[in-house]
This record gives sequence, C-alpha cells and structure tokens, in this order.
Amino acid sequence: MTTGRRFCSDSRNGHTLRVDTLLQTLKDGLTIGSLYALIALGYTMVYGILKFINFAHSDIVVLGAWLSLVIATAIVKALGLEAGQTAPWWVGPFVLLCAMLVCGLIGFTIERLAYKPLRKAPKLNVLITAIGVSLFLQNTGQLQFVFGTRPQPIPSLLSDQVLFAIGNMQVRLLDLVVIGTAFVLMIALEWLVFHTKLGRAMRAVSFDVRTAGLMGIPVDRVISITFVIGSSLAAAGGFLWALSFTSIKQPADTSWVLLGLKAFVAAVVGGIGNVRGAMFGGLAIGMLEVFGQQYINPALKDVYVFAALIVVLLVKPGGILGKATVEKV
Amino acid sequence: MHALISSRPVLSLVRTLALGAGLGLTALTGCDRGSSPSNAGAGKTASSGTPAPAPAATVGDIVIGHYGSLTGAEATFGLSTDNGIKLAVEEINAAGGVTIAGKSHKLVLKSEDTEGKPEKAGTVVTKLITADKVAAVIGEVASSVTLAGAPVAQQFGVPMITPSSTNPQCTAVGDMIFRVCFIDPFQGFACAKFAASDLKAKKAAILFDQAAAYSVGLKDEFEKNFKQMGGEIVAVEAYTKGEANFNPLLTKIREKGAELLFIPGYYTDVANIALQARKLGMKMPLLGGDGWDSSDLAKNGGAAIEGSFYSNHYASDQPTPEIQAFVTKYKAKFGETPDGLAALGYDAARVLADSMQRAGSTDGSKLRDAIATTKDFKGVTGTISINDKRDAVKPAVIVEMKGGKPVFRARVEP
Repeated sequence: MTTGRRFCSDSRNGHTLRVDTLLQTLKDGLTIGSLYALIALGYTMVYGILKFINFAHSDIVVLGAWLSLVIATAIVKALGLEAGQTAPWWVGPFVLLCAMLVCGLIGFTIERLAYKPLRKAPKLNVLITAIGVSLFLQNTGQLQFVFGTRPQPIPSLLSDQVLFAIGNMQVRLLDLVVIGTAFVLMIALEWLVFHTKLGRAMRAVSFDVRTAGLMGIPVDRVISITFVIGSSLAAAGGFLWALSFTSIKQPADTSWVLLGLKAFVAAVVGGIGNVRGAMFGGLAIGMLEVFGQQYINPALKDVYVFAALIVVLLVKPGGILGKATVEKV
Repeated sequence: MHALISSRPVLSLVRTLALGAGLGLTALTGCDRGSSPSNAGAGKTASSGTPAPAPAATVGDIVIGHYGSLTGAEATFGLSTDNGIKLAVEEINAAGGVTIAGKSHKLVLKSEDTEGKPEKAGTVVTKLITADKVAAVIGEVASSVTLAGAPVAQQFGVPMITPSSTNPQCTAVGDMIFRVCFIDPFQGFACAKFAASDLKAKKAAILFDQAAAYSVGLKDEFEKNFKQMGGEIVAVEAYTKGEANFNPLLTKIREKGAELLFIPGYYTDVANIALQARKLGMKMPLLGGDGWDSSDLAKNGGAAIEGSFYSNHYASDQPTPEIQAFVTKYKAKFGETPDGLAALGYDAARVLADSMQRAGSTDGSKLRDAIATTKDFKGVTGTISINDKRDAVKPAVIVEMKGGKPVFRARVEP
C-alpha cells in the first residue's frame, strides 16, 4: 500500500489529515449525494403539486435498479459475454433508457389507478394509499417469478480501469459516469421546470390547482407528467445505484427503505416542494453522512442525517431553501 | 363496557400488550391455555381420544416445525436449512418413521417464514405451537431471530433445536432450547487461531455488523483470542446490516496497514464489502465466520472474494463417507451442493428424531431430557454431543474460496 502525501498534521490530536482521504470522502459524498438528490426530486415534485408524500417513490427506485439488472443481464446473455467481461459501451445508456421508460409508465399507471380516484378525498387517505402501493410493490417484487429474494449482481457495464489516482484516492470511469449522469438529469429537469411551457404549467398547478384549471391548464395531464418525470428520475437513481454498488438486494430489503427515507429527508431539509431545494438537500445529506462517517464516528451515520432533519425542522421548518424562493413545483 | 373493563383490568391489559407486541390473538390464546403448556406438543401421538388433531397431518403422525428465513435478505439461510430438514424427514419416513412404544409414526414438517426478521419469529413460533401443534421446533439460523423465537418455545414447553445459531445467549434462554452447532466463542477462537498460526498474520482489522448479535459476539471473541495469540487489532469499524456504501469505513481501515480483514457478518453484506475493498486497492485476505456460507457469496462477490477464508461447520469436499453420502443425496434431490446450513438442518432433524425414539414419547419434558442426553451422535457436521449448557461440542473447519467454491483448508479442534 502506498503512503499518501501528508499535509497539515494536527499533532495535538495525533490525527493526520490526509489529502487523498479527504478527496476520496468528497468523491463518495458527491456520488451518494447526487443519488439522494435524484430520488429526492421525485418526492418534492409530487409534494409540490399534490401536497402529499408519495411513499411508493422509493419502491420505484428499487424497481429501476432491478429492471436495470434484469435488462442488463438479458443483453449480456444475448451477446454471449462471459462473467466479468465488460459489456459494450451502448449497453449502459440503453439499459438506463429502458428502465426510465418502464418506470415512467409504471409511475403513470400508479397515479391513474391509485391516486387519481382520491383527488378529492382527504389527504390522509392518499397518504395511506401510498403506503399500500409501497407494500404492494415490495411484496410483488420479492415473488420468485418477479425478482426473487436473493441478492443479485449486475453485470459489468463499464470498464473498471482507474483513470487517475491521487495517493490512495482512485477515480474510475464509473465515478464520473454516476455523478455526470445525475447532474445532467438534474440540469435537464431544472431547464424543463423553469424554461418550458410545460414547466410553467407545473408551477402554476403547484401554486393553485383550481385557478390553474380555470386558466385552461390541463391539470390531470400535468399531474400525470409529473409522476412520469419523477418516476423516471427514480429509475435513473436506481440504475446508478446498481452501477455503484453492484450487488442488488431484494426489493423488500431494509436498506431500500432507508435509502428512500434519506432521500425524503433530503427533500425536507432542502425545502419540500422546491426542486432546487431537493438537489441541494440531496448533496448536503450525502456529504454530511459520508464526512460524519469518515471523520466523526462511522457507527452513527444514520444519526447525522436524522439529527440534521431535526435541526432544520426546529430552526427553519420550511427547509433551507423552502421559504426563500416563492416558486414551488 | 365500563363495568367489563373495571372487573377485568388485568385481562384487558394483557390484551392490549399482546396486541401491541404484534403477537396478536395467537399470543392471547396461548396465555389462556398456558396452564398445561406441555400438552401443546404432546397430543397428537396418542392416536385415540385426542380431540384436536393437527390440521394437515393424519392421526398418528408427528408434526415438527421449522421457522426460518424462507424469503428476505438472507433467504438462502432458511431455504438451505429447510431443504436439509426435508431430506432428513424423507429419509426417516422411508426407513419407517419414528418408533414410539412399538408403533411407528411418520414425521410431518411444517415450515414457517420469518423473512429473517426477529419481530416475526415470535408470531410464527406461536403459530407452529398453537395452531400446528408441533412436537418440537427447529430454527432459526440468525442468532437475533432465534433469540426472539426461543422464549416462545420455552414458554409453551416445546423443545427447540437451533441448527446453526452460534451466539451463546441462544440456548441460555431456557432448558428447552438446544443447538447442534458450535458456539461463537469457539468460532472466534478458531478464526483467530487460523489467522495467527496458519496465515501468520500479525495485524488484523475488524469490520462488523453492530446490529447483529451474531456479528458482535464473534467480533469480541476474535479480538480477545487474536490478542492472546500475540496479534494486534489495528482497526475496529462498525456497520449496520443493509449498508450499501462501505467506502468510508474501508478507507479508514486501509490507512492502518492491516494484513487481514476479519468480517464476522452475513454473506449479503460481505459480497459488497469485498467488492468495494478490492476497488479501493485493498488486497489483504478476508476472513469470516459461518455467516458467509451461501452460494450467493461467490455469485455476488465474484473475483473479489477469491482467496478469502471462513470458518464453517463442514466442507462439502471433505472425503468422509458421511459427508459424501449426504452431498450425493442432497444434490440428487435439490440440484445443488449443500452448504453448512443444509447440513446442520439435516443433523438437527435427525438428532430430534433420534431423541424422540429414545424418549419413547413426544411429551415436551421427556423429549427435552432425551435431547439433553444426546451423546456421540454421528452427524454430517461431525460427532454431536450435547453438553450441560445444551450446546454441541464439535470441531470447526476453515474453508477457502477457490474458483467460486469453498474448499477445505484446515480443521480446528475444540
């Protein structure tokens, strides 16, 4: 093992702050954070428009991860690649696109079948329906003929080569692809919401559903599109998650629940209903978690996230970017 | 309503608590018939005059229960164990079943799913005992789940054998609880001994699951024994089951210059840890316990897990006749090589049947006494003798991952 370069040693604590470790932590925080952000967007968009928490959102992430795995495995098999061999470059984007399309369609269906009939019902009914949808997806997913209960590895879609290294910190193509894809998708969404006619309609519905309807905005169609977009972003989150962590756990695993919960915390911390808030919240929660784990105590990593939630709710209940911006989506 | 509540406040309280604890009505029914709990498992062998025969079993059959993680994250644990028990039951029945008082009885297996969750264990064990009227219970694999199921079996006076829970606490729950595997203090010793004398490691790091009784226990024992053998523990880091990102923990460990990484976790997490450690450029061998024992380990871990070691109850490639006969039969029936948990499930069921035969009864306390006096039982996982703590005393094997398969490497005697 190479000894990394040492900078500014703090002799009082006996700790040495290593630059490569710091960079590694930054990279990890950015990866996790951008995934949280992608997932948080779905929570925040639905909340912005319908004012309810879509608890089934994290299960769409799981679906995205598993669909990616199933599609990638099928393609790799069709191409006749050996285990451990990297698939051609086009497989990754193709799998991502398929997963996003299918999940978008499923998000659309869920909204039509489960939430739309309850449009005029009390908010609590919709919330409980969302929990029901979540349980339905989890339990269907772990059926033997769907995804099953065993963890499965996703085939290698990207070369595992190290692009460059600083001390012990290695940057791989995978890291760049994960962070890059997440940011491209977030920028695309930002553009869609703030610079298109559709985005304006979404913002209008979020501002006041009834008035938006009176102004001739097709409210139901806008809500459907919101679900499709949120669900495809979740699918992208699931795909990138699968790429980063290779071995995918069964749909009802507790780790998925925690992932969804943290993305939800990110949305709340950033200011629920606020698209930029969700992106910011996701990155902030990811960084907080990884830095706390590296420099304070790794055993308490979930504690940092939920402590941050409590602090934000106490100090600024609307979320960090919640009240500052008037625009809500 | 008011009068009813004030006249029976205790019952009301019990009801509230039972419902609150998620045990539901079954627990309440259990309380009601608690005056003669040992009858729960005894009824069905007396072929005449018993008013409540078990649902699917014909009169004269002996029902035994198995609770395990048939689904859930550690599904291979429960499924392998269940297959092992099924094979044993089939063989015992083919050989005429269990002879009690001159009459032979067939064994019937009832399996219940815990999803690997401790909170489910109480409910399913209660169901097996009260609804299926089992004579004895086999289960679970994970110590945390066993610790939740064992008090129920103890309360109803139904003997329970855990095939593979290695945490010492499991059999300390009560005199009805037994096991046919070794315990963590010994497993920790076996791992430490292998690390110190076979791998000649001086510096080891530990990465353990702080939420699993099994993992914490094994970590403590390894740490203690490895230090006694002159080794140094350079880092101890904790994760929680289901963690996906191990990079921060591994980065911390990487800086400490360990020659060996001990991971007393379950295979689902170990595969991820191995993959991420190798990506971080950590090349030291990984060492673990029987929680690694699953065909899914190599499937998910791939090349990252090659050359790593774990302690286990048996190795399927050991050339003894008992093991080879078992492996052949199991492969013929289920189409895969049995892991250690399948072997232990098989042994647990056979020890149980043997004890029933010796007890000449399926009455809870008589069966318990018979299991407690099991001595030199020839099992697939070694010779099983139950000691005064209701634990089995037997050797451990260390296997090495080679070409995606565990291969016998060393044997550590107790």
